[in-house]
Formats: sequence, structure tokens, C-alpha cells
Amino acid sequence: MPETDMVLNNPARAGGTREQELIARVQRGENELFYELVRPYERRVYAAALAILRNEHDAEDVAQEAMLKALGNIRQFRAEARFSTWLIQITVNEALMRRRRERTVVMEGIDGQRAGGHRSGEEESEYAPRDFADWREIPSEALERKEVRQRLAEALGTLDRKYREVFVMRDVEHLNIQETAEALGISVASVKTRLLRARLMLRDLLAAGWEQGWFSRLPFEKGTKPW
Amino acid sequence: MVENNVNCETVWREISNYVDGEVDAGLRVSMEEHFKSCKRCASVLAGMQNVVKLYGDERMLEVPAGFGGRLQKRLAKDVGETGKRWLTWSAWLVPVAAILLITGGVVLTNSLTFRNYIQSRHAQPGNDVPPDMVVVVSDGSKLFHVAGCPFIHDKNSERTMTAREATRDGYTPCPRCLRQYLKTGLVREHDDVAEEEGEEEVFAGAAGR
Repeated sequence: MPETDMVLNNPARAGGTREQELIARVQRGENELFYELVRPYERRVYAAALAILRNEHDAEDVAQEAMLKALGNIRQFRAEARFSTWLIQITVNEALMRRRRERTVVMEGIDGQRAGGHRSGEEESEYAPRDFADWREIPSEALERKEVRQRLAEALGTLDRKYREVFVMRDVEHLNIQETAEALGISVASVKTRLLRARLMLRDLLAAGWEQGWFSRLPFEKGTKPW
Repeated sequence: MVENNVNCETVWREISNYVDGEVDAGLRVSMEEHFKSCKRCASVLAGMQNVVKLYGDERMLEVPAGFGGRLQKRLAKDVGETGKRWLTWSAWLVPVAAILLITGGVVLTNSLTFRNYIQSRHAQPGNDVPPDMVVVVSDGSKLFHVAGCPFIHDKNSERTMTAREATRDGYTPCPRCLRQYLKTGLVREHDDVAEEEGEEEVFAGAAGR
């Protein structure tokens, strides 16, 4: 079967093939196609930059810089890595450099007070969950509401930087453990430890959020908490 | 707390790895058994799964209004500037290359055509000429001489300079008065032999006076 027919008959493969084709063409110098190549990942790139810089203006600027850097280095990209992962890693590098360069003052979270009582330097100590009420699944339709998305983003913003960065790379950007470790320049063991704590803290924050009515208009049974 | 081969603390420590499918089969079975009988840990698991699901949803990835347009514009500008940079370079490159080529051509032609055109056919580079030695040059010849050499042409235009300056200006040692500095010693060539022998005699006479 000719390649074009295979692509047309296999939409799942077509996406990957289209991306590969775009990569090859940009690598050959068709730079005007680069935006088409990165458009599916622009939100992830921005989120990665925002997780590190905590400033929308800086995050957007770094996201653009990262895209330009990716364009400048596109010939170095090898197919053994996912293009999205490569792009995110460039973004993380750029954001970390920007933070170091500008000594950005990041509003650190209240790691201990609201989410478990640990200071940021006590990474090795255990984190005990605080809320053990019955949990019910929050339907993803909840995310249709801007208010819910905003509350979740705020909860994430209260985490200490080192937990927030690992959580975003792993659970928002969907990098694997190894890729997260490489992107942030930390060990695999640190990624796992920080990820555990970030997830547990966010879980407690969501529980608190329920108490505050974040999801109050969701169709749960009357009088029953979701957890 | 339930009777099981894993306790709640172990479950909490491993629950993130469990969610990621990164615990070994034995621990997974033990934890699953534990969740069935421990409401607290089941609550922790359900809460964590909600966190992972909600934050992993594409809808959580929001960008400021106009983000894509601004990115596209900046990329287009960069692509354009790259082209302009090349155009700017190429715009300079062509005339500069042309000038270099012309200059190089002229220099090469001169060096091949006019290099020794007023020099004696006997002219050859000097060898170990003391650079500060005072020598005499004159118009109409590209030889430098010791003072008093009878073979200086156009004596009205005589002037002195150092051997270094004379060499720099393209003069070579006179094969008669400065023969000791020539690589091949006395120059003798076919038709000029008799003439040169006569000149040498004249010079020997002059030097002996």
C-alpha cells in the first residue's frame, strides 16, 4: 500500500506521520511550517514555563524563547525522543535559566500549613494524609467550569516550588519519571518522593476545596461528600 | 487499620508508585487487598486518582488570550529576520567578493607581468645582506649598489638607503659590486659573458684605484 493511502486509512498513524513529515521539512529549511508543528504543544509549553516562573508574562516570554530555540536547534532533534518531550525539556531549561538569571522571586507555597505540616526542607520525612472521608470521583465535566479550573490552579500554586515543578512535569506534561528527573536535573528518587507528596498535598487541598464549595454545583447526591 | 501484610504507612509511602503502576506484582496484590478492607487508604487512593485525572486533563492547560497569535507572529518575525540577515549578508557579500577578486586579480597580474620589468636579467635575491648596510639606488634600475660602484645607472638620481629599505622597495643586489651576497655568486649567462667579463675588469680596476 502506498504511504499516502496508509496515512489516509489510519488516522491514528496519520497524526504521527504528519508530525514526522513536518519535522523533516522544517529540518530541511521550511521554517514557515514550524508553527504548525508546535501548535499542538503550545499550551503544554506555556504550562511548563508557568510552573517554574509563576508569572504569566515571563512564562509567555520564555515559551516563545523556547520555541525559537527549538526552531534554531531543530536539526539536532532525533526521532528516538518524542518531539513534545524534547520541546518541554527545552522550555524547562529556558525557564530555569531565566529564573537563575533574573533571580525571580517566586511566591512559595504554604507547603506545611495547609497541606500537611512539613517545611520545604523536610523532603525525606513522611507526609500523612489528613482527610479520610469517603471519596467519590469528581467527574471531569467539572473542568468545564472556569471557576473549578481556577481553583485547581490556585491549589497547585500553593505548593512549594520543588513539589509543584515535579507534579506539573509528571501529571500535567505527562513526562515519565526519568524524563522529569532529566528535565529538572534531579534524581529519580527525588522525583518519586516529591511526586508522592505533591499528590497527597493536592488531594488534601481538594478535600478542603470541597468543604469550601468549589464543586458545590456538581451533581453529587444530596448530603454526600465526594470523599 | 486492618490485618494485612502491608500497613497504612507503607501504603501511603507507595501509593503514588501504585497509581503509576510502578510497584512490583507482590506489593500490588497486597495493596489491593489492603484497599478492600481499609476505608482510610481507599479514600487516599481515590483522592489521588482524582488529582491525577483532573490535573492531567487538557482543559487544565490554559494560555492567556492571544497567546497563539503572538507566538506565531514572533516565529514569523524570526523566520523573516533570518532571511533578512542572510539577505543583508549576501548583499554585502557579493560586492565584497567582487572587490577581493578584482584586487587579487590585479595583484596577481602585476606580480606576474611587472615584477622585474626594470630589473636586470641578472637580478636575483640577495643572501644575508646586512640589513643596515647603506646602499645606493638610482632611477632606471632595480639594483642597489655599494657607493662608488661604476655600474650605477643615471647617477644624477642616486640616493642612499639601507639594504632593508632597498629590498623592501624591490631592489636586488648589484651582481657586480655585491656579488658576495648573491646566492649563485657571479652571474654568467650566454650572450652576456663577454660583456660581463669586460664589466668585471672595469669594476676590478675601479675597486683597485
